[in-house]
Amino acid sequence: MADHSAKSSNGHPQDFEVRILRQDGPGQGSYWESHRVAYEPDMNVISALQRIAAQARTVDGKGVAPVAWECNCLEEVCGACTMVINGRVRQSCSALIDRLLADHPGEIVLEPMNKFPVLRDLVVERSRLFRALKRVKAWIPVDGYYELGRGDKQSQAEQEVAYPLSQCMSCGCCLEACPQYAKIEVSPLSGESSEALQQRRDAEFDRGFVGAHAISQAMLFNAHPTGRMNASERLDTLMDEGGLQICGNAQNCVAVCPKQIPLTTSIARAGRATTLRLFQRWFDC
Amino acid sequence: MAKKRVMVIGGGLAGLAAAMKLAELGIPVDLMSLTPVKRSHSVCAQGGINSVSDLTRQEGDDESKHFDDTVYGGDFLQHQPPVKEMTLWGPKIIDLMDRLGVPFNRTAEGYLDRRRFGGTLYKRTAFSGATTGQQLLYALDEQVRRWESAGLVTKYEYWDFLGPVLDESGVCRGCVGQDLVTMEIRTFPADAVIVASGGSGLLFGRSTMSMVCTGSAVSRCFQRGAKYGNPEFVQVHPTAIPGADKLRLMSESARGEGGRVWVPRTPQDPRDPKTIPESERYYFLEERYPKYGNLVPRDIATREIFDICVNEGLSVEKDRQCVYLDLTHISRRELDRKLAGILEIYEKFQGVDPRDVPMKIFPAVHYVMGGLWVDYQRTTAGGLNIDSPRTHVTNIPGLYAIGECDYQYHGANRLGANSLLSCIFSGLIVAPAIKSLLDSQKGPEPSSLLYESARREHQSLHDGLLGRRGGKENPYLIHQELGDVMTRAATVVRRNAQLATALEKVNELSERAQNCSLSDTGNWTNQNVVFTKALLDMFPLAKSILMGALARDESRGAHFKPDFSMPDLKATEPGERRREAEKWCDWFQENTRQWLRSTIATWNGKNPDLTYEAVDTSLIPPRPRLYGLAGAQIIDEVWRQRSQAQANAATNPAMAGTAAAS
Repeated sequence: MADHSAKSSNGHPQDFEVRILRQDGPGQGSYWESHRVAYEPDMNVISALQRIAAQARTVDGKGVAPVAWECNCLEEVCGACTMVINGRVRQSCSALIDRLLADHPGEIVLEPMNKFPVLRDLVVERSRLFRALKRVKAWIPVDGYYELGRGDKQSQAEQEVAYPLSQCMSCGCCLEACPQYAKIEVSPLSGESSEALQQRRDAEFDRGFVGAHAISQAMLFNAHPTGRMNASERLDTLMDEGGLQICGNAQNCVAVCPKQIPLTTSIARAGRATTLRLFQRWFDC
Repeated sequence: MAKKRVMVIGGGLAGLAAAMKLAELGIPVDLMSLTPVKRSHSVCAQGGINSVSDLTRQEGDDESKHFDDTVYGGDFLQHQPPVKEMTLWGPKIIDLMDRLGVPFNRTAEGYLDRRRFGGTLYKRTAFSGATTGQQLLYALDEQVRRWESAGLVTKYEYWDFLGPVLDESGVCRGCVGQDLVTMEIRTFPADAVIVASGGSGLLFGRSTMSMVCTGSAVSRCFQRGAKYGNPEFVQVHPTAIPGADKLRLMSESARGEGGRVWVPRTPQDPRDPKTIPESERYYFLEERYPKYGNLVPRDIATREIFDICVNEGLSVEKDRQCVYLDLTHISRRELDRKLAGILEIYEKFQGVDPRDVPMKIFPAVHYVMGGLWVDYQRTTAGGLNIDSPRTHVTNIPGLYAIGECDYQYHGANRLGANSLLSCIFSGLIVAPAIKSLLDSQKGPEPSSLLYESARREHQSLHDGLLGRRGGKENPYLIHQELGDVMTRAATVVRRNAQLATALEKVNELSERAQNCSLSDTGNWTNQNVVFTKALLDMFPLAKSILMGALARDESRGAHFKPDFSMPDLKATEPGERRREAEKWCDWFQENTRQWLRSTIATWNGKNPDLTYEAVDTSLIPPRPRLYGLAGAQIIDEVWRQRSQAQANAATNPAMAGTAAAS
């Protein structure tokens, strides 16, 4: 590691090492691989991975396939580039190299998320996230898209509650950090069509924990003047298998959310609302 | 095909709006996207969406003024009927998005709040914090998910569009796609294909665009014969944060909420900006454009910032070009309520709080006004016939284009907060057009051989790339070079010698790219081969941009060629100044006659061929576009008098001789 102490005149390292947990495909073993990246100012983990893809060569000079990873907007609004960086789940675009090296000199460690099946290297299969949004009917049940006038008036205070919840970009950080959210990996059977596989997968997903993000979305739509028209359906889903009762109140979700969404507030609200719903169901029957 | 189906390529605002509206009309939709649609580039749109509002109306605004601002902003290079129709729909679209649950900012009474944007004097822009694109996209994403649950929409996320399938008579019958995980290539029969794939910022290396904005889908249609309109018109946004991997947008809304652009009058003044007194600050946009101030349209703001840094040497820093964008005079509470999203981006990536310290910004490539040529059918009133199957169809029957990837609405320069409107509008209106098309379709379904041969063709291209041996070129490095060449020659200031050199260089890179060898030759989540394909498809578009720019010897909107621009008025003596202004207007008339036409690029198999198309300017006659530039008012005055004289002559031919003689 002696070469890592080599620094240019302005105090920055000349290069740094990135250690990556790789995996060639689903169900295959994982392995560590190290890459050396020349230091440039204003780098983030994405630009380091771009250099690694262009080099396609490990620290030992061995030619390898470029590391696969997901990214898109590079400004922390799309939710694509989630990974575990130096042990912490976060967006890789906003993970700045200077700060990572200051906290942990010489080396940066990248791993795929643990709660989702690995497709390849740092790319994971997160369709369960979007499936959960269907489970809680995370939409406004409008009549249609013809001209029907404006929406309801809303106070600034209502907007200021809704907007933060509506910034959820389905990145999955809250799920990775959640002790109750267990990985569900459904492998294809031989000869199975992709549609059949997806159906089997969805059925498994629907039994698993919906997760903090979906609970929070349910609360967002239940607070909306039109959205609340199917509030009880959303609450019933949260009271079903894989619903709110799975939450162990570890509060990790809110700590790792890159958008600082008040997820535990949403969960507490959902708790109150489902309790009321339970009483309502007793009286209804 | 038992039931008619439509394929939508791209799940940003335009693609999702189209999918949801088609589903409402009962038409099954397949939706193909490189990413889960919720992660589309529309999420990066920050500032807002424009329409006339009940309030602006009472200040004298109406749809015709929004229409006029858009056309004037675009330097008259767009066909006017579609723009007119779009501005008429503006209020309805915002009402719809409001109903769909977009958390727009509110006034104290609970109505939608509005802010001012560039190129207008009215506060038309509805917004949701400073992440309006994200919020609009999410609302549409939710509706499409609802239709997906209902079985009318089938998503193909992580799929790459490889090209349209055309039958022997040149009609689009579906498309070919590739699964980015399994690398499977298959065809998708469809009765219409709608391309909604967004912009192509990656041609310029780093831009404000997302990594999926390679332009590949557009290029693949272009290479199969679709025409490409106005390629040389690329918007460079005045305010972005420079970065190693991306130039991050700093929204125009920062200026809309009162942000001021300035540089110290002393070059590279080393003082803390907050200690520099007002008298020693140069608010150059406010001084040069007293009427619009910091909210001149983007092309003008960009040129002025570029000019201040490059020609006047007033950049804030010595080694890096940048100017201050200052919000520090606005209260933190106000900033947090209206701009938090963008301020957090600055804080996160620059490590400085822009509520306390002026931001340092510089222009960056942001949007393409050009795009696939699309048709429309005009009504006698000058609007659009919405039910016409011609709405948004390319020159390939059955192949439609909407959103940023069409050339329709923004001419030579787009106004801020008009893109979200044009994306949703084009998505909504393409649906009834498609319905009319499907209702009128007759004749047998294409044979399975057509699809099989299309699949085979793409499979063999793919296998050929994977199997290529001995090539020495690295696709990522070639992309970097392409970005550098394009950014140097084809952004803010364009000169023919540089464009010609750049074109040679791009031709050379295009040849070299044929020799790329892949570092990954596997058939599982191979991002290397997907990127290489996208890179190869960047060249036809890059060549079109450069050739279009080289051929267009004038300045118009974002296309600025100082060697072909009219010089500023110099004389101070009023009579002489007036004569100069008369000459300027003569020149303007001649330039309009010669250049007010759209560039149309057609791929000849190896290079683009350029032709020109007349622009429908029948609703608003072209006029000099000066935005009240200080000292140039005399030009507007001369022009007004001429137009008045012409109008008089038209209504009263007997007076014509007198008017001409005076």
